[in-house]
Amino acid sequence: MSRLDKQLTSLKEQGRTALIPFITAGDPDPAITVSLMHAMVSAGADVIELGVPFSDPMAEGPVIQRASERAVERGVSLRDCMDMVQEFRQRDYDTPVVLMGYLNPIEVMGYQDFARIAAKSGVDGVLTVDMPPEEATDLRAALNAHKLDPIFLVAPTSTKARIQAVTAMASGFIYYVSLRGVTGAKHMDMTEVSDRIGEIRKYTQLPLAVGFGINNPETAARVAALADAVVVGSALVKRIEEVANRNQNDGQKEAIIESVTTFVLSLREAIDKVGVAA
Amino acid sequence: MTYQLPDDRGHFGPYGGLFVAETLMHPLKELNEAYEKYREDAEFQAEFMDDLRLYVGRPSPLYPAKRLTKKWGGARIYLKREDLNHTGAHKVNNTIGQALLAKRMGKTRIIAETGAGQHGVATATVAARLGVECVVYMGSEDIKRQAINVYRMKLLGAKVVPVESGSKTLKDALNEALRDWVTNVENTFYIIGTVAGPHPYPAMVRDFQSVIGREVRYQLSEFEPRDPDALVACVGGGSNAMGLFYPYIDDEHVALYGVEAAGEGIATGHHAAPLSAGRPGVLHGNRTYLMETDDGQIIETHSISAGLDYPGVGPEHAWLKDNGRARYVAIKDDEALAAFHELTRIEGILPALESSHAMAYGQKLAKELGSDKVIVINLSGRGDKDVHTIAAREGIEI
Repeated sequence: MSRLDKQLTSLKEQGRTALIPFITAGDPDPAITVSLMHAMVSAGADVIELGVPFSDPMAEGPVIQRASERAVERGVSLRDCMDMVQEFRQRDYDTPVVLMGYLNPIEVMGYQDFARIAAKSGVDGVLTVDMPPEEATDLRAALNAHKLDPIFLVAPTSTKARIQAVTAMASGFIYYVSLRGVTGAKHMDMTEVSDRIGEIRKYTQLPLAVGFGINNPETAARVAALADAVVVGSALVKRIEEVANRNQNDGQKEAIIESVTTFVLSLREAIDKVGVAA
Repeated sequence: MTYQLPDDRGHFGPYGGLFVAETLMHPLKELNEAYEKYREDAEFQAEFMDDLRLYVGRPSPLYPAKRLTKKWGGARIYLKREDLNHTGAHKVNNTIGQALLAKRMGKTRIIAETGAGQHGVATATVAARLGVECVVYMGSEDIKRQAINVYRMKLLGAKVVPVESGSKTLKDALNEALRDWVTNVENTFYIIGTVAGPHPYPAMVRDFQSVIGREVRYQLSEFEPRDPDALVACVGGGSNAMGLFYPYIDDEHVALYGVEAAGEGIATGHHAAPLSAGRPGVLHGNRTYLMETDDGQIIETHSISAGLDYPGVGPEHAWLKDNGRARYVAIKDDEALAAFHELTRIEGILPALESSHAMAYGQKLAKELGSDKVIVINLSGRGDKDVHTIAAREGIEI
């Protein structure tokens, strides 16, 4: 059983919804990322989603775009991201880590090399935003060969046939994009989310994570009542940016860790007030 | 035709395809279905051809450039005058076609990306004619160097949105247009301006642009009892080149030359020539040659011509390069500028800086091939938009 399966199954048995915070690796500084990952786990994160910086993050809103730009400027590569996971694994063997990014850095590295290094570094799942199931056969085979879970998106625009195609390819969990738009947008329709989750569950037993547009503990709690996992990205990355801008010099790392801890704790608390989804 | 690409999922060999986030997969499938339906539809095609004739002013002339031929002292040069189209470039052929499709699909809002502004103007033009909302994304760097086209778009009623992310040029405008589309998929039609992007755009844009090559086929017979020996066109994304090449693709005796922007020189790294100096990767929905770092980050490009300043290229060009059907070469800023002056002074035609790259290579090729050969060069756009850039570079204040 993969680390992701184990974690999500165990939470389900406990009647809890998983909290999956997202940060961009290397933002604002590569030296802070691993500490931030540990801090998020201490504050209640069940799975870490680590964003791999890319020069052209087409599905991201302005907040994560800027984070990605900052990290690219610092020269943070896909290889660096996997090194960070490896460092994280020295102190945390249990918390699953999912890399989320775009295909091109993986293409350049080569699917086989990527899957091998990722598995060796302790990565558990890989979500490639611009790689739909139709194009994913080779990458999925490489990931599966190294016991990595390929994570796929389902969107509000996905038809039944597409949901079936996606769920047939995925393992680990299904990531439902809760709105038409980019990450961090502000027009989530809770009724639609609820309807769609019901629809997706008809086709798969895999846990369902919901993300894009969940920006505060209240929304996280409402989504937690429906989903198996809640992903919070832009709201967290925005805090990191604000605190980094306020503390340009000494104490930046501590201030960011404190702010992220406070926010993740508030998400955890809100989510835990709600039981697990049916 | 024996050449039958792309396959039904948009692949040209290993290139092309559909690499977008899930939210766009269904809208792209709908677009593909609509396109497949109307490309065979007689009424649609008749309306398209009428618009090209009555609104764009097609066919554009094939001009025997006799003075240029004499001056260059080699092959006979013919210029396909896409610069004489309404709005001043080949771009409008495609926007007319996609606008007709948008209308049939019931879309009420049109978006586009633009680099030099030619595609933005061509999109704003068709949107004005349809009476629909139009939003054009343009890098803030390009807005600075193409002020006239920005104003033209505004006069036509379009909203021009400056893009401040990344390198603030065409690739970032494309990212931003994709973000708009993903947010407004229900009512919005995204008119991509070149033979790039996810399937079906590369094939669809090529098909709309291939009116260029189809006209050349019959126009040349007025002057020459034979096929041309070579076709030459500039390649940024590569739509004017695909439009010229495609109808000749099975005619192996016709050499195809795509001319990329070598900027300050390939060796300097300051260029926009992914086919000449890049390698395969995935960007903007398709697999193709890209300019990228060893880590797979897309790098900033340089060209004097905003329309060629793009780190990728249409996937069909990537395929034609690999299988050897077309050859890709690169021309530097200075060489393009010299060709601009040459054509202006010898034939009285101001070419766009993009097209000047094709002219510059045409001159080299004419000498190489010799006087018994025939070359058709695609004069893809007019140079009025570039006179400020050229004056500034030459230290002249207008």
